[in-house]
Amino acid sequence: MAAEPLIKVENLVKHFVVRLGAFGERGATVYAVDDVNFDIFAGETLSLVGESGCGKSTTGFTLLNLQKATSGKVIFQGENIVSLDEKRMRPYRRELQIVFQDPYSTLNPRMTIGEVVGEPILFHKLATKAELPERVSRLLGDVGLPARFAQRYPHELSGGQRQRVAIARALACQPKFIVCDEAISALDVSVQAQIINLLLDLQEKYGLTYLFIAHDLAVVRHISDRVGVMYLGRLAELATREQLFSNPLHPYTKALLSAVPEADPELEKTRQRQILVGDVPSPLSPPAGCRFHTRCPIAMDKCRAVVPEWREVVTGHHVACHAVDMGTAG
Amino acid sequence: MTAPEIQKPLLDVRGLTIEIETRRGPAVIVDGINLTVGKGETVGVVGESGCGKSLTMLSLVRLLPNKIKVKGGTAEFAGRDLLRMSKSELRQVRGGKIGFVFQDPMTSLNPVMRIGDQLCEPLIYHRSMNKAEARTRAIELLRLVGIPGPEQRITAYPHELSGGMRQRVMIAMGLACDPELLIADEPTTALDVTIQAQIVDLVKDLRKKLNMSVVWITHDLALIAGLVDRVAVLYAGTVVEDAPVGELFARPTHPYTRGLLASIPKLSDERASRLSSIGGTPPEPGRRPKGCPFAPRCALAEAVCHERVPALEPVVGSNGHRVACFVAQRQMMEAA
Repeated sequence: MAAEPLIKVENLVKHFVVRLGAFGERGATVYAVDDVNFDIFAGETLSLVGESGCGKSTTGFTLLNLQKATSGKVIFQGENIVSLDEKRMRPYRRELQIVFQDPYSTLNPRMTIGEVVGEPILFHKLATKAELPERVSRLLGDVGLPARFAQRYPHELSGGQRQRVAIARALACQPKFIVCDEAISALDVSVQAQIINLLLDLQEKYGLTYLFIAHDLAVVRHISDRVGVMYLGRLAELATREQLFSNPLHPYTKALLSAVPEADPELEKTRQRQILVGDVPSPLSPPAGCRFHTRCPIAMDKCRAVVPEWREVVTGHHVACHAVDMGTAG
Repeated sequence: MTAPEIQKPLLDVRGLTIEIETRRGPAVIVDGINLTVGKGETVGVVGESGCGKSLTMLSLVRLLPNKIKVKGGTAEFAGRDLLRMSKSELRQVRGGKIGFVFQDPMTSLNPVMRIGDQLCEPLIYHRSMNKAEARTRAIELLRLVGIPGPEQRITAYPHELSGGMRQRVMIAMGLACDPELLIADEPTTALDVTIQAQIVDLVKDLRKKLNMSVVWITHDLALIAGLVDRVAVLYAGTVVEDAPVGELFARPTHPYTRGLLASIPKLSDERASRLSSIGGTPPEPGRRPKGCPFAPRCALAEAVCHERVPALEPVVGSNGHRVACFVAQRQMMEAA
């Protein structure tokens, strides 16, 4: 791991103002991402996990300046990119790409696969029109599709093939960094494994850095170098894959890991489960103090009042929990 | 886990065949499925999208969409053929003796009806309760599925509840009339893992209390490992393997089952090691290959696999493990 991070996320905050009530007469704020800090190192896969509504996708979007951050910084190549307007952002766009979850709605149905993949190349003037077919067929080859697919339309392709096209498009301008936003979640198990293998191969071949946003912990455990766990807009824990899965510190991480079923009937029979009570509170009115305290099995008075500090307890292992700070987390 | 009674299954599906009308003519999507569910048994029906797992179950309660029709087979439930019984008889079964939990509670609950009224409906219809009795029972059911403050929640509309809560309401509706069989179609797919764990726990607990049979339809093999007694693996509208859960995970025999199990990332994997994956994609309805439907994706396929369809045959030396694969069957014969 390089000492200098590729991307530095500092105190990133994203709030949405929404209108509630039948006539939108009441204003309210969704605290989607609140004071999130982490680094992404070149060549690594950092995963963000958490349940729906925890802010992991919003973090990915805001980090790429696809949504304006409410406050905070994202430093890439010495520049705070979230402060840039769209025009000044453009040179960075080439380096920072994203692959979305749903390969059915992210490809323009009226464009051929060749046009979909070639568009960013022409936009960033990375090749002439004459060179384009050659470039496109090489990209399709990279993602394991035959060159003749360039003439086809998205509706002629299966879900797995479409996701390959989305990856080819993201690769088209030779980016350094790709956000994979639930990029494999919509695929069937057997196809999912193909796409995971493809992402790993491409990372090795082109030295890519991934921010992998997912809710499937088995997949995350498989591909990540480091993993961040989010809960209601805040990072609860961030650590290397080994640290997080063998020695989770935050009570939420522990509960999350214990809720994941293992494909092993013998293990499942004897396994001790820690089942959380209740639902995730609304991000419209997150609880005071630690946001997890309403469901936390070891919550103390302090947790209901004071926001726990985000700190590094062991090298590379960050956590925000009062019980861990006091050494009382089991 | 209780040993299922073998004598007479509660549900016995034989040779079920379902067709869909397409512009190019009728296409088979479920091809001669055999499936049994014993009293008190929990069976997992596993397969990828489009394998026909949901349609199979919908056909049992005759809720198939318009262009999809049952073309053959029988489905005996407690000795009566569901596919041929009269509409009035069927109404007694639906929601009465067979409870259904659908995948998406947002589209399966009526958005303009309070959840209490939706819960009371089957009770008044099937159990001839009066309104007050039904209300008491509805509160009981909501409490049973772990909804806090059921007396207040009963007047809520579906949109006022979270996804997990809505799914609990769906389960409560499925259970309302103490069904003998609960069919759950991907009931946790739309939910987060911590909520999924709550729901799985709930169903495990309830089936014990009510001695209910359960069919759990899913694409998630890991999920059913700790939940079901027996698993039927579906591929392109056929059952390719059927075995007790421990046996299936310990000795998967069909190349498709093996491929599926191998493509799930495991605890013991090295980081970023290559997952084994199955090449290609399942056939579309109407484009089913001749012979074994898995043959075009199968690394072991031989000439015979492209010609004839293998039957579901017992695995030598096993108890209740059956597989539909020429190669696996031949290898077993040679080994025996």
